[in-house]
Amino acid sequence: MTHDPFPQGTPPHPLGNPVARREGREKVTGAARYAAEHTPPDCAYAWPVPATFARARITGVETSEALALPGVCAVLTHENAPRLDSTDDPTLALLQEDRVPHRGWYVALVVADSLEAARDAASAVRVTYESADHDVRFRAGHPGLYEPESVNGGFPGIRERGNFEAAYAASLIKLDATYSIPPLHNHPMEPHASTAWWDDGHLTVYDSSQGATRVRDDLAALFKIGKGEVTVVSEHVGGGFGSKGTPRPQVVLAAMAALHTGRPVKLALPRGQMAAVVGHRAPTIQRVRIGATTEGVITALAHEIITYTSTVSEFVEQAAVPARVMYAAPHSRTAHRVTALDVPSPSWMRAPGEAPGMYALESAVDELAVLLDIDPVELRVHNEPETEPDSGRPFSSRHLVGCLREGANRFGWLPRDPRPAVRREGDLLVGTGVAASTYPVFLAGSVAEAHADADGGYRIRLNATDIGTGARTVLAQIAAAALGASSEERVQIEIGNSDLPPAMLAGGSAGTGSWGWAVHRACTELAARLRDHTGPLPAEGVTVTADTGQEAAAKSPYARHAFGAQFAEVQVDTVTGEIRVRRLLGMFAAGHILNPRTARSQFIGGMTMGLGMALTESSGLDAAFGDFAERDLASYHVPACADVPAIEAHWLDERDPHLNPMGSKGIGEIGIVGTAAAIGNAVHHATGVRLRDLPLTPDKVLPHL
Amino acid sequence: MESTNQPAAADAQATAHRQPPLAYDARSELVLHVNGTPYTLTLDHRTTVLDALREHLGLTGAKKGCDHGQCGACTVLVDGRRANSCLLLAVAQDGRRITTIEGLAHGNDGADGERLHPLQEAFLERDALQCGYCTPGQICSAVGVLTEAADGFPSHVTPYTAASGAPMELTPDEIRERMSGNLCRCGAYPRIVEAVGDARDAGGAES
Ligand code: FES
Ligand code: FES
Repeated sequence: MTHDPFPQGTPPHPLGNPVARREGREKVTGAARYAAEHTPPDCAYAWPVPATFARARITGVETSEALALPGVCAVLTHENAPRLDSTDDPTLALLQEDRVPHRGWYVALVVADSLEAARDAASAVRVTYESADHDVRFRAGHPGLYEPESVNGGFPGIRERGNFEAAYAASLIKLDATYSIPPLHNHPMEPHASTAWWDDGHLTVYDSSQGATRVRDDLAALFKIGKGEVTVVSEHVGGGFGSKGTPRPQVVLAAMAALHTGRPVKLALPRGQMAAVVGHRAPTIQRVRIGATTEGVITALAHEIITYTSTVSEFVEQAAVPARVMYAAPHSRTAHRVTALDVPSPSWMRAPGEAPGMYALESAVDELAVLLDIDPVELRVHNEPETEPDSGRPFSSRHLVGCLREGANRFGWLPRDPRPAVRREGDLLVGTGVAASTYPVFLAGSVAEAHADADGGYRIRLNATDIGTGARTVLAQIAAAALGASSEERVQIEIGNSDLPPAMLAGGSAGTGSWGWAVHRACTELAARLRDHTGPLPAEGVTVTADTGQEAAAKSPYARHAFGAQFAEVQVDTVTGEIRVRRLLGMFAAGHILNPRTARSQFIGGMTMGLGMALTESSGLDAAFGDFAERDLASYHVPACADVPAIEAHWLDERDPHLNPMGSKGIGEIGIVGTAAAIGNAVHHATGVRLRDLPLTPDKVLPHL
Repeated sequence: MESTNQPAAADAQATAHRQPPLAYDARSELVLHVNGTPYTLTLDHRTTVLDALREHLGLTGAKKGCDHGQCGACTVLVDGRRANSCLLLAVAQDGRRITTIEGLAHGNDGADGERLHPLQEAFLERDALQCGYCTPGQICSAVGVLTEAADGFPSHVTPYTAASGAPMELTPDEIRERMSGNLCRCGAYPRIVEAVGDARDAGGAES
């Protein structure tokens, strides 16, 4: 398929307007209800019991003490829990067998009349285990490392172009550096929660999820019932960042407990249990080798990563994939190796692959710039590829150079003395750094229904999810634009319920593009129907349904990615080793920005998470107990208000006709990509010290000052 | 703290049954004045103010982000001062006046309902939220910040030269510092600081 499916005209009003988010008032008044905020009559409360061994077999569960406590109605274990059918997600096979694959894996669930009783009773469940030796120590040279066929996103594990080793050996300038990133946790502010009940064979669940359609499908499969017998509602979701992308244990456990007890059951995961069961970003050790000419032309590039997965399922963080997109290099090797350890199952966390991969790659490019004494902005510009290096496909649009130039301008990058450690303000050393960002365009088919009322109003229905992006708002704008309406105000939006037409989940930065495409098509067809219609509309109005499954599945002849450039200024305290970011500026090129107000919030939110990745966020597995040591918000440090000074996000509005009818790329993830590298590079500029292991905490910095 | 079992390695402990205290689920009657309305409740002594609001009074505006005093999502005002309601046992708050996010809007705005508190307006105006889960806590916390500053409470970043007890000027640095007990994983901080500044300019402490 090489024809251009989207000959695009000028974006009509109101696409591109900074419309305020629709549910804003509900959210600032506390009226918006999240998954745990529905309490059906006779609702019981559940509290899970996590395993205390990293590798074990359960030999017995003593529940009598727990059951004897006041208010306790049931304890579910692998011995009495409802039998589930297996699905292709083994992390959902909960309370089905005696095997414990990692510490924190759920081994029982207490159900009681009150939260207090359930919590107390959970600590009274006595589980005995036969434990085996476990291995949670991720390290270079781990004997279990193997080359996976494919990595997250379905990309091949290894790609080679030309002859990297020979070209690297022949290069005059060589850089060989290894970077590491610890496990990271998504920690959305709303813990994973579900309220579930069965009514005459029909399962209804309020679930904190990024996509209720997938949750419904999986629940139907697990409980061996028809999809029509399950309703999943995800009306307001308190963030997810990937950790609510597919069903997580809470929804299965709540549904099981409701089935077992015959009562509605509410389950909100305790924050301290989340690290082990909702997915996390796996750690990576990344070796980057770059061979270049003395003029700064990259001739050879290798990005090789190792990471871990669990013994439950294979998830490989695709950190070497962005190196297939970024720079022209005739000889290249990008490869992943993974080892399965007795660890909690890793999964998606904001920009899987790109966030960690671009930390290493963009740090290495900065190291090369220092080696060559070339401005790091110019070095990147020198190595712009004509086409996507890995595939040879033309880019649908690529404005990395524009972002670097315009970002540098706004940031005040120049004049810049490249010498490190020469800007001193009292005890502080100050420096600036830059890094590039990228994130691919994903699109998936969705079904949308557009309806015109007899009285001139419109209603759009599809199972999109608002996890904080402002989905309702932007979909109303897209609908209004396609309908030729002057404003989005007369467009009602219904989302967040699996009974609605099925749609892509809010993930992969693909929500707005995928949903919007279906909405746009349904509205375009509705507008045509209305144009052809003469006389008043029938009382029931006119309804059109559109399914973009086919178009979205068609392979594009173009390489489609968003790009960006991030600039950071940091200060490093030479007495304490504390690094503080003074300002961050992100310049992005991510298609047509449909709502600058909500888009800006997303870019800045991503950059803020990148700041955390750079400076404070770190988790690690205790070798003896096999547990994450940092399991709560007191020990796992997400950025707080005082950590976040001036952050600005700007963009070059692109006109890219090869994406979707709105011309949009995803914006939810690119903000976190490159931030940590920009900060690390600024730390080098400030201090002359190159730190390659995130996060850059004072203990790592101070010995070098 | 987690409710986990002891490893079987610690055999002796693992099998030693603990003694449930007497009156394990003891309850008491108490009165909470929530948003101006007195509620007489009979609550389990283990029930926090946060769970009393959310599970017993249906006031789910205060959020549970951690239940351990680590995130600020549950912030409410107790007798006019901000507090993490997950750290307060309801039974110990008998007779207190509690203001939640649901109690900040007052009167009628003539259009779609109640007139919002200036901070609520400012959060909307600035897009100082995304998922909204931290938002009620942020707003209640900001109400506390405005009154604390007006009452002369210093913060970590207040210059030592500031006059003791005199109203504090809420600079952006002061706002950032004082709002740091309220985590926002969506990263709405820059807009939150602006929104609090707007409310400060609008004389939010008095409203
Ligand atoms: S829920 Fe109270 S501080 Fe987090
Ligand atoms: S708005 Fe989502 S956590 Fe603050």
